[in-house]
Amino acid sequence: MTRFLLRRVIGLVLTLLAASLVVFLVLDILPGDPASLMLGTAARPDTLAALRHQMGFDQSAGLRYALWVAGLAHGDFGISYTYGVPVAGLIGARVMVSLPLALMAITLSTLIAIPVGAITAARRGQAVDAGLMGLAQLGVAVPNFWLGLLFILFFSVQLAWLPAGGFAGWDKGAIAALRSLLLPALALALPQAAILARVTRSAVLETLDQDYVRTALAKGVTGAGVLWRHALPNAFIPVVTVLGLQFGFLLAGTVIIENVFSLPGLGRLIFQAVAQRDLIVVQDLVVLLAGSVIVVNFLVDLAYFWLDPRLSRDAAR
Amino acid sequence: MKQGRLNLVLGGAITALLVGMALASLVWTPYPPTHIDIVHRLAAPSAAHWLGTDPFGRDVLSMIMAGARSSLSVALIAVAVGAGIGIPLGALAAAGGEWVDQAVMRASDLAFAFPALLTAVMIAALAGPGEANAMLAIGIFNIPVFARVTRGAALSVRERDYITAARAVGRSETAVMLRHVLPNISAMLLVQVTIQFALAIVADAGLAYVGLGTQPPDPSWGRMLNDAQTFVFHAPLLAVFPGLAITLAVLGLNLLGDGLRDRLDPRGR
Amino acid sequence: MIRTFAVVLAALLAAASAQAKDSLSLGMVLEPPHLDPTAGAASAIREVTYANIYEGLVRIDAMGKVQPALAASWTISPDGLTYTFRLRTGVTFHDGAPFDCATVMFSYGRAAAADSVNAQKGLFEPIARTDCPDPATAVVTLKRPTASFLFGMGWGDAAMLSPASVATDKTNPVGTGPFRFTRWVRGDRIELERFPGYWGAAPKLTTVTFRFITDPTAAVAAVLAGDLDAFPNFPAPEALDRVRADSRFTVVVGTTEGKTILALNDARKPFDDVRVRRALAYAIDRRALIEAVMSGYGAPIGSHYVPTDPGYVDLTGVYPYDPARAKALLAEAGVRPGTTITIKLPPPAYARRGGEVIAAYLEQVGITAKLVPVEWAQWLDTVFRRSDFDATVISHTEARDLDIYARDTYYFNYHSEPYRALFRDYQAAVDPRRQLDLVGQLQRRLAEDEPNVFLFALAKVGVWNAGLRGMWTNSPIPANDVTAVSWAE
Repeated sequence: MTRFLLRRVIGLVLTLLAASLVVFLVLDILPGDPASLMLGTAARPDTLAALRHQMGFDQSAGLRYALWVAGLAHGDFGISYTYGVPVAGLIGARVMVSLPLALMAITLSTLIAIPVGAITAARRGQAVDAGLMGLAQLGVAVPNFWLGLLFILFFSVQLAWLPAGGFAGWDKGAIAALRSLLLPALALALPQAAILARVTRSAVLETLDQDYVRTALAKGVTGAGVLWRHALPNAFIPVVTVLGLQFGFLLAGTVIIENVFSLPGLGRLIFQAVAQRDLIVVQDLVVLLAGSVIVVNFLVDLAYFWLDPRLSRDAAR
Repeated sequence: MKQGRLNLVLGGAITALLVGMALASLVWTPYPPTHIDIVHRLAAPSAAHWLGTDPFGRDVLSMIMAGARSSLSVALIAVAVGAGIGIPLGALAAAGGEWVDQAVMRASDLAFAFPALLTAVMIAALAGPGEANAMLAIGIFNIPVFARVTRGAALSVRERDYITAARAVGRSETAVMLRHVLPNISAMLLVQVTIQFALAIVADAGLAYVGLGTQPPDPSWGRMLNDAQTFVFHAPLLAVFPGLAITLAVLGLNLLGDGLRDRLDPRGR
Repeated sequence: MIRTFAVVLAALLAAASAQAKDSLSLGMVLEPPHLDPTAGAASAIREVTYANIYEGLVRIDAMGKVQPALAASWTISPDGLTYTFRLRTGVTFHDGAPFDCATVMFSYGRAAAADSVNAQKGLFEPIARTDCPDPATAVVTLKRPTASFLFGMGWGDAAMLSPASVATDKTNPVGTGPFRFTRWVRGDRIELERFPGYWGAAPKLTTVTFRFITDPTAAVAAVLAGDLDAFPNFPAPEALDRVRADSRFTVVVGTTEGKTILALNDARKPFDDVRVRRALAYAIDRRALIEAVMSGYGAPIGSHYVPTDPGYVDLTGVYPYDPARAKALLAEAGVRPGTTITIKLPPPAYARRGGEVIAAYLEQVGITAKLVPVEWAQWLDTVFRRSDFDATVISHTEARDLDIYARDTYYFNYHSEPYRALFRDYQAAVDPRRQLDLVGQLQRRLAEDEPNVFLFALAKVGVWNAGLRGMWTNSPIPANDVTAVSWAE
């Protein structure tokens, strides 16, 4: 058991290191450098050389990689080339937009999906089931960024209820901030909820067929009681799995949605950093995002292990 | 069973319509999709322009048809890359020893950590944005998907009696894999292909929307949505049609996938 | 209960700030990378700091004229070589450091030094030396007469920086201006407040917030919601219809120095042939281009000079839209129909959209244009520095930059001895009338040779609250000078 865990943790660290190396290698051979961008069209060879030296760009690639990874290991993300301030601060400020957005989306989608999945499973074959599952089929097909655009069209342009984008900022109060996150979070959540609802429905259906549920029913436990107390908790594993697998999509979706609603989150930061050749920020962000996918998948693996005793027996073997 | 049949027919019809539109656009569109006609810019839908015109006076219907071609070709290549590399890798992992399995699966964990968007950001920074960028980025992400599905399915099939029997009579691992295992899981892989195809269409549109995918003047659905966004105040319909096209395409492919699954694997949902 | 309280409080605060009317919230498309205009080319740096935080010896006003700033007055010797600036006294930086001639010596010396990272180091190149006969007098001696020297010293790149704070000006700018820096929320806003120790008349505003909103739809929404009082450089005129219809706001169309051109690589076939360049100029309908790309905002140009600059000559009729003529010229030059060229397009909408429209026009005269979008960094590296391009769409925003056509090496590779001779005459000319005459000849020469296809001058489309006074209509240099802005009573 501990050996299994240890092996997985070592695997996790190696994967993270490999990811950082891939990112560095790809970005290090980019054409165009930040120094020439900062000085613009009137730059001269002497001013360029002076600035490159100032930015530490005359060091070797190997040294820069080593310094970067060593820094990352104890939480130092380096200094942004363009802003000249610690990257950790830049990312920190953007996380305050992206993370609440992603959490809101996950919460909303789960809150919608689980009841829908349970109800449709309980009413299998009835009109409610057919209607909601038809809607879910459609929901899976709608791209979240288009949904966002439609929301802007309807709620902002037509009705003028909610902002068409931009972020009020947390210092304007939680209500204002959450208001500017509501439409983007909904746009992310609805297609996600459609997928989750389908998974929940089939997982609940499967457990409803299992012996112990039949037994409970035979013992006279009511249908609703069985559903909430037995079937749903057991449907948990597939739902968690899908949430984990979908995490990468959620991340990509967040980046795109931030562009639709012009939110100052990580997604905007990464595009801005690419455009400005602020490589250290791009490197940090890609590693952070890819790293979070790796870590989430690792956690899902662990969750399996916990939720399903059969797996731990396998591992112990 | 009835539902499955309906899915298959409906999905097949939508997909056929889509493919037909894409193929037709190669030889005919109502107007040339890149033809600029500034006098008739931002025209509302009419008999002359069924879906209206864009800010440059280009015919939206023609652009959507040409966009179907772009979208389908990106998805086709991306899925081909993913399946072409991922399936052999997955089979290798299933048939090879523990070390091979470990190596393939860890590499696939690594690739899986890079959603197409992150890969596309890096490729675009390196080689510029474009259709090829989208194909590659989505394709790379598809590799671990196919590798995992293939490995999982192959491992479960391999334990079946007749395959154990085949091995017992001295067939080589390769022969067993090619003759017995792969044909047995091909139905499942086909379903996965339709799923990934649908996902690739959404991903392609997303990449084009943020400017990493197909570039002007080649029409693409995602690009059209981006262009439409600054015009939401006086030409809102421009933001509607391309999105409908994407949704319809994905819906068709998903229905087709569901229908295929029900037909090929009656135990499923 | 707490929520109700919060809502009430928010409402009260909103009411209070609505009543005060001495703050300004201003929208910008791009965020500055840092706030030192003497160490970076980004326009956004100047759009926050120019005249507000930093000042130079002279400044450029809303009409593009040179006005006194930290120098109260100046004299120029008859040979055009010696500039004697009479400096204001009692001026201090925001951190209390004094301003005097030593500051001038330091600032100009730093910009011209070997390790200078000034984006416009060339402006300081004519300076032979700076002397301080007394703390309130700065004498700048030039190597040769330079007609544009004083104008250049009004740019943000020539701002006065204090030696005490120069190392940290990028993140914590310290100038002599009427506003001082208070806070920077990266990705979102920069805040300034009134500097009580300012040497001149105190500005009416007490606080100024610059907010960064890239997306035009979001920008319109922010303006309509009252989150922004002004958006002086609105990126997408097509999204403005909503604002136009609302009487709370003013939409002002002004001019900029942005000369938008289809730059051609004159060293490459087929653009080494002037007939091909002229053919391209005939092939593009500038009016329709402006309509499609900028929703009609912008003015056609016929050379590398904008209508608002002194000595402008209208040359827009030299190459009227005439595709037949273009085809004939191309045939004459031996360019076959179906010839393919590549147009590299940097990120701004004028380039990306303009490229699409230009490609459609070129298609009509038998030239296939392949469009390649590039980021700024790539554009600078491949197009600008290495001249590795066929054609590109770009707006030259530096004011009166006719000099770029006289340089030995410049990315579009225009080499014309007659032009250079004219330009030398112009630089050496001391008599203003002679200068204007030469400026006219330079423009005619460019229209004749058409080294690039001159398209249009970018408009400055600004939108602001109808109660605001003193905003800049035009944009002679990149700046959001809010020192004279106030709210109507």
